[in-house]
Formats: sequence, C-alpha cells, structure tokens
Amino acid sequence: MSEPSRSNNKPETGAFYQRDLDWHPKAFTPWYKTSVLRSPQKSLLSLDGTISEITGPRFGHNIIGELDNDLIHNFARPGESAIGPRIVVYGRVVDEDGRGVPGALVEYWQANAGGRYRHRKEGYQAALDPNFGGCGRSITDENGGYFFRTIQPGPYPWPNGPNDWRPAHIHFSIFGSGFSQRLITQMYFEGDPMIAMCPIVRTLNDPDAAKALTAKLDMQETLPMDSRAYKFDIVLRGRRSTFFENRREGN
Amino acid sequence: MVQSLNRLKESPSQTAGPYVHIGLTPNFAEITGVYPEDLGIRMVNDKTKGERIVVKGRVLDGTGTPLKDALVEIWQADADGLYNSPSEVRVSADANFTGWGRCPSGMDDGVFTFETIKPGRVPYPDGRLQAPHITFWVVARGINIGLHTRMYFGDEEASNAEDPILNRIEHRVRVPTLIAQREGNVYTFDIHLQGEKETVFFDI
Repeated sequence: MSEPSRSNNKPETGAFYQRDLDWHPKAFTPWYKTSVLRSPQKSLLSLDGTISEITGPRFGHNIIGELDNDLIHNFARPGESAIGPRIVVYGRVVDEDGRGVPGALVEYWQANAGGRYRHRKEGYQAALDPNFGGCGRSITDENGGYFFRTIQPGPYPWPNGPNDWRPAHIHFSIFGSGFSQRLITQMYFEGDPMIAMCPIVRTLNDPDAAKALTAKLDMQETLPMDSRAYKFDIVLRGRRSTFFENRREGN
Repeated sequence: MVQSLNRLKESPSQTAGPYVHIGLTPNFAEITGVYPEDLGIRMVNDKTKGERIVVKGRVLDGTGTPLKDALVEIWQADADGLYNSPSEVRVSADANFTGWGRCPSGMDDGVFTFETIKPGRVPYPDGRLQAPHITFWVVARGINIGLHTRMYFGDEEASNAEDPILNRIEHRVRVPTLIAQREGNVYTFDIHLQGEKETVFFDI
C-alpha cells in the first residue's frame, strides 16, 4: 500500500492540533433523530497522539482507475452517460496551516440527479439512472489538488421530521497522513435554500461551519458548452512541529 | 500589533449517512464494475508475518440493537510493532501487511469481520511500551463525527496492566469495554455507543 516518497520532504511525525469539538457537530443532536441512540453519553477520553494515531495508511496512485474520478461515465454503458446537470468539482486538500496535503485519498458518493441513491436499502420513488453508480475517488496531486466530473445530485426526502429534505449534497471521505485526521463530511451547493432547513446541516452550531461546507460556483473554471464548476477546499488537522519531544531515540 | 496565527479551521464533520457503502465499499453495495475490489478488505497475504487472527464484532446503539449500517475501519501495527505508514520513522514495516482494514457491518446481522494478524507492542511517547492494540474508527448514520476507540487483547493481561492508555481510565469498571475476549483464533469486540456498557471513546 505504501509507495516510496517521491520528495525529499521530511516525514510528518508531529502530533495533531487538537480538534475544536465545538466547531464540529456534537454527538447528541436530537433534531437529527438517529443521533439520539447513537451518541455516547460519557465524555471522550483525551490523549495526545501516540504513534498509533499520528501514523496512517497511504494509498498509491496505482489504485486509481482511469474513470474513477468521472461519475458521468464510470458506471455508464459504453457510449452512454449519466443524466443531469454536468459539473466539475475541484479543490485542494490542505491542513490547518494552509499547506497542501499531497497523496491524500479522497472518496466521494452521492445520489443521482433525481435524489435517488443506488443502494438496496433505499426506496425513494425517483428512478435510478441506469448509467449512474454514484461513487468515485481521487488521490491528491503534489499541491493537494483533486477534481472530478459528475452530475449535480438532486435533493432527497428522508424519514426524520414528517417533511424533511436533504439539500443537494455530495459525501466526502478523506485520509490525510495520520489516522486521527480521518474525516467524513458533506459538500453543499452555493445558493441552495434547503441548506438552512436541514437538520443534519443544523448539527453544526456555528453558521461559518456550514459555509465552510458550501461549494462555490466557479464560472472561471466552468467549461463552456460542457460543465459548470464548483470549488470545494477541504481542511484537515494540522501537525505540531517537533520542536522538543520527550521521545526517546528510536521512537 | 499582535501577530496573527493565521490558521484555518478544520472542515467540520458530517454524518456518513445510511448509504456510506456506495462510496467506501461499492462492491458490497452491489455497485460493481467501477473498482476491481473494495479497499481495505484484504490486510494480509501468504507472506504476512505474525499470528493470523480474526477480529469480529458489532456496533450497538443505546437500546442494545446492532447497527446494520455502520462502517468500521481499523489501523494497527505489524507483528513487530511497526506501522505501514510514511510517518513510521523507525524501520520499515512488513511490506506484506497493510495495517489498515475497512468493513461494513452486515446489512442483516450487523457483524463486521477482519482477517488480520496480532500486532506487536508499540512505544508510548515517553518510551514505555503500549499493550498490543488495534485502533478503531466507526462511522454511521446518526454519528455526526467518527468515533475513535481501541481494542486490546484479553489474553495479554500482563501488558494490558501496564498500558499507559488503559491506565488513564479513571473509572476502572470501563476498562473491560476495550478488551476483546479470545475464542480459538477469534477475538470478539462489540462496540456500545451508549448506555451502561458504553465503550470508551477517545479525543485524539
């Protein structure tokens, strides 16, 4: 799984900046009903990162197939393509110090243009698109950049409140260089009036947190007569510098 | 003036939702032909060093009901206590062991299963040895931010007794929530999200 480093950068060995758990959603958010029975009630035990958490898996570019970042075609029959508004989603994975995170695995999944997921537990009446699977992945380049092509997902009703609908969204999963950077989040689309109504978005206390997850329409990167572009940057935890560490030699 | 630290905020977490399998284990979700196989389903091969073990368990909610839509990832050292990671700066880990696995809980029974090896001991920052352990990360519908925990081994009583992390747990009655019991080569580790048997989760 590991591939040799292709740069002369020093390996990342510092522990991570602590997470701001007031900025992240709390576990218990009863308006998002499923969280009620799935939230720990006891406090988390805090510990500084040990080698078990400051290390993490690295995925080589060789796992990425040619169409892995093209959801319009990666499940489509030859010569066909998925139906819906064509978009490119692009951005950078950076850390809290603003440094690009190269070699990060970014995975994404979503519903089709009608808000229907391809999953056996999903029964929404909107039709499946025979040419759309809904999954893709990238590994970031040397600057932390990634991009993929897809169709804009539709909003989707869910059994929470009697009339709750998710805003259009794309799920993201990101690996940095350490396992305690592991992050799953969701990307929303600029201007969507459903964002403010959503109980899952409202698990975020700070209005700036929802803004940080809202991708901006980018007409400069939009491909004329082809696809609009949305920019979505992702920030992972930063690492402390190893100024003074009480590690013994060899740790 | 006061200088600015000029840091960015981490992207806030959101739930993985009920259809996490589409993105992270598409073949399991019956979306075939996109990836040759799901990532993280194979941690070992014929040449992997160490004792072969099976780790299985369930994730249970506050009523004791197993989640049938959870996704579990594990990260562990090799048999010599080395991590297969660029941030491992001692010597190289066993190239035939990924150290990382991913498994959805079964859609019918809620059971996750990993075929792996028993990890060696790794050092704590102050040089003491930690007991053998596997780091777990759990996401699911209803979990707003992924939960980190650790599994220790029931047949490692001596090293568990001196483990720096287990010794940090003030309420000793909670220590057994992190210890998997062995039967043959199978360790069973149930993760209780809430309630009386609530597993210890970490902010790391």
